[in-house]
Amino acid sequence: MATEVAEHLEVHRHPEPTNFWTKYIFSIDHKVIGIQYIILAIVAVFVGMALSLLVRLRLVWPDKPIEILGTLFPVGAPEGVMTPEFYLAMLTMHGTMMVFMVLTTAPQGGFGNYILPIQIGAADMAFPTLNMLSFWTTFVSFVTLCAAFFVQGGAPIAGWTAYPPLSALDEATIGGYGQDLWLLSIAFFCIGSLLGALNFIVTTLQLRAKGLTMMRLPLTVWTWFVTAILGLLAFGVLLSAGVLLLMDRLGGTSFFIPGGLLVNDIPIDHTGGSPILWQHLFWFFGHPEVYIAILPGMGVTSHILATFARKPVFGYKAMVYAVVAIGALGFVVWGHHMFVSGMSPYSGFVFSVLTMCIGVPSAIKTFNWIGTLWGGKIRFTTPMLYSIGFVSLFVTGGISGIFLGQPSVDLFFHDTYFVVAHFHLIMGVAAIFGMFAGVAFWFPKFFGRMMSEGMGKVHFWLTFLGVYAIFGPMHYLGVIAHPRRYAETTSVDYLGAAGANEIHYFVTMAAMITVTVQCLFLINVVWSLFKGKRVTSDNPWEATTLEWVTATPPAHDNFEGRIPTVNHGPYEFSVPGAPRDYVMQCNAPDAAPARKSGE
Amino acid sequence: MSDAHAEPTAEATWQGGGSPFAVGHKKLGMWLFIVSDALTFGALLMAYSYLRVANDWPTPFDFYPAIIFSSVMTLVLLSSSLTMVFGVSCASKGDRAGTKKWIWATILGGLLFVVLHSYEWNHLIHEGLTPFSSPYGTPLFGATFFTLTGLHMTHVAIGVVYLAVIANGFGRGKYDAEDVEVVGLYWHFVDLVWMFIFPMVYLLSTKV
Repeated sequence: MATEVAEHLEVHRHPEPTNFWTKYIFSIDHKVIGIQYIILAIVAVFVGMALSLLVRLRLVWPDKPIEILGTLFPVGAPEGVMTPEFYLAMLTMHGTMMVFMVLTTAPQGGFGNYILPIQIGAADMAFPTLNMLSFWTTFVSFVTLCAAFFVQGGAPIAGWTAYPPLSALDEATIGGYGQDLWLLSIAFFCIGSLLGALNFIVTTLQLRAKGLTMMRLPLTVWTWFVTAILGLLAFGVLLSAGVLLLMDRLGGTSFFIPGGLLVNDIPIDHTGGSPILWQHLFWFFGHPEVYIAILPGMGVTSHILATFARKPVFGYKAMVYAVVAIGALGFVVWGHHMFVSGMSPYSGFVFSVLTMCIGVPSAIKTFNWIGTLWGGKIRFTTPMLYSIGFVSLFVTGGISGIFLGQPSVDLFFHDTYFVVAHFHLIMGVAAIFGMFAGVAFWFPKFFGRMMSEGMGKVHFWLTFLGVYAIFGPMHYLGVIAHPRRYAETTSVDYLGAAGANEIHYFVTMAAMITVTVQCLFLINVVWSLFKGKRVTSDNPWEATTLEWVTATPPAHDNFEGRIPTVNHGPYEFSVPGAPRDYVMQCNAPDAAPARKSGE
Repeated sequence: MSDAHAEPTAEATWQGGGSPFAVGHKKLGMWLFIVSDALTFGALLMAYSYLRVANDWPTPFDFYPAIIFSSVMTLVLLSSSLTMVFGVSCASKGDRAGTKKWIWATILGGLLFVVLHSYEWNHLIHEGLTPFSSPYGTPLFGATFFTLTGLHMTHVAIGVVYLAVIANGFGRGKYDAEDVEVVGLYWHFVDLVWMFIFPMVYLLSTKV
């Protein structure tokens, strides 16, 4: 028995691939798969940004013809004027693209895949072939989603939350197969994410190098680990819900369609279903999904703040417990998305209190980030700037979350731009800043060249100011009760009187500039790939974790057969009495005098 | 950096270089799959309960044939779990012939379940029950019935194929005792799900 378990524990060493297809396309190497996820996310993020620009243009100039749109979308934008349905379709696809294909893929599937096995001292993931399948399932999901643009009836209009009955009834929309493809895409995505999550958990538990206890894991690994647990528990529920909705659309069932419904004066031949049931199932997935997007960003931020402040993470254990607490609480607060859907005040109260509880671990994390910076010898590199930007955006977006967690306040704010501002800042932009930080930080390890610091800093400042210019004013729009999701509000008196039209104009301008600035990021990546300064050491940032002892870029099996032994905590910077200001995790036990922190 | 490989060990360790639960990757992976699949079924059972409470739910199943029939199906499925246990036990003792025999007995149980269940479906479809219509009352009865039992039957069918692959491979030495145990975990889970579906879908809908 003993030898059998031992056999099962052995890292699946697979030979180095020799041809193009097995090396770059159907690769089972976690590093290649990580890069594939990141490329998928970059394509998706530019599609998503383009969609958001259309949305912004429609809001400011609802009836101004844009010739090129008329040519591209003769149905959605006849003679260049976007129809309200077209606006909703763009809105839906923007949300879906961003939430699923960007915020879920890149932080976990991308960076997690590439970095996690190396940081724990493993040669690959526990199930390399499954890893490849996860990516390709996700890719099929992406293609299916994109196909929704091109089918009869066009892209779905029910929002990224796909609330029925709008999403369930063709009578309520133009009809066509857009929503069906959307649901299929989400089902594929769930399967891909479930397989990935399973793989991440097994890898983290089973493949840590000798000496790497759970409390010596870098915080990045902790957040990927907890994110994987969230994914494992959440995506199965969305899968069920998606299948039921698909059956409502294609199989004639009425899980989510109530009886007695009239749509455009047409009586709907369904009885007994409940749209609220969809909301429960969806948000049971949807709230953990928010943390799936943001937790890896928290990990990257903690990691980078410590590295460039040259200090151990302040309160490492508290950081770990906070991540676990946020993950656990994430499963019991879904009702706060449904305060206005009709709910017993008692339930609302419970969901509200639990939601407020999340403020505690979040505040602990923020406090500890600032504690990490406090008194540090800070190096303001580009990844450091993005990480500090993350903290700023996390606080700004988080505070408005406390507002929205109160049912009485939420009743007013829920369907306004206040919510748009809130979730974009915390889940969208903060998570994106985590990714920017990750790219800038690990780029030298991925490709052996540094990214341009100059371009990086310009990009950081323009983006940082840009996103605040976009989403800051939206709080005000929310306060003046500007409804979200509406295609056209320019002629609404009370909004015009409060200055909404000017604000929309400003926001659209800011959005166009910020989107343009993102090209600078792309240019920086491409330029640095070919012209960036070559790294002179395997550890250019003088960091402590295991990815910095590998070759640059890492060999096929990461450690060239020499898996290191871990003797130190993850963030031993400025250890008194140590020869350098950092002690790597794999340094000899006597490389630094024993100390409590990080153990 | 140490030159030593992380030596695998059969002892449970949280110190790195081994498994915290002294299990192989596949076994841990299967447990995690079971957790996530339990959530998938859990969501469907929640949806069923929600709709059942929210509607005037029919109770059309006669003692004979529906309840007798489904009880026999339950018995068959539970017996197949027992044969699976014998199979796993043989495998851990290295008895390849015995393992193969018991897994094939399990497969037979699974197949019998699928046949009986198809017969039962056929009978109900003849009475006019479909996912979108029901002769007994709310059409949601048919929708939830076919969704829950359909997904479960899919799991049983996949399990039968999975078992056959393992039985065949184990006989040829391609798989070892842990692989048998892992397929056993899956099979017991599928049985366990039925132990929720049987009372909630069948027994609660008995004509009284």
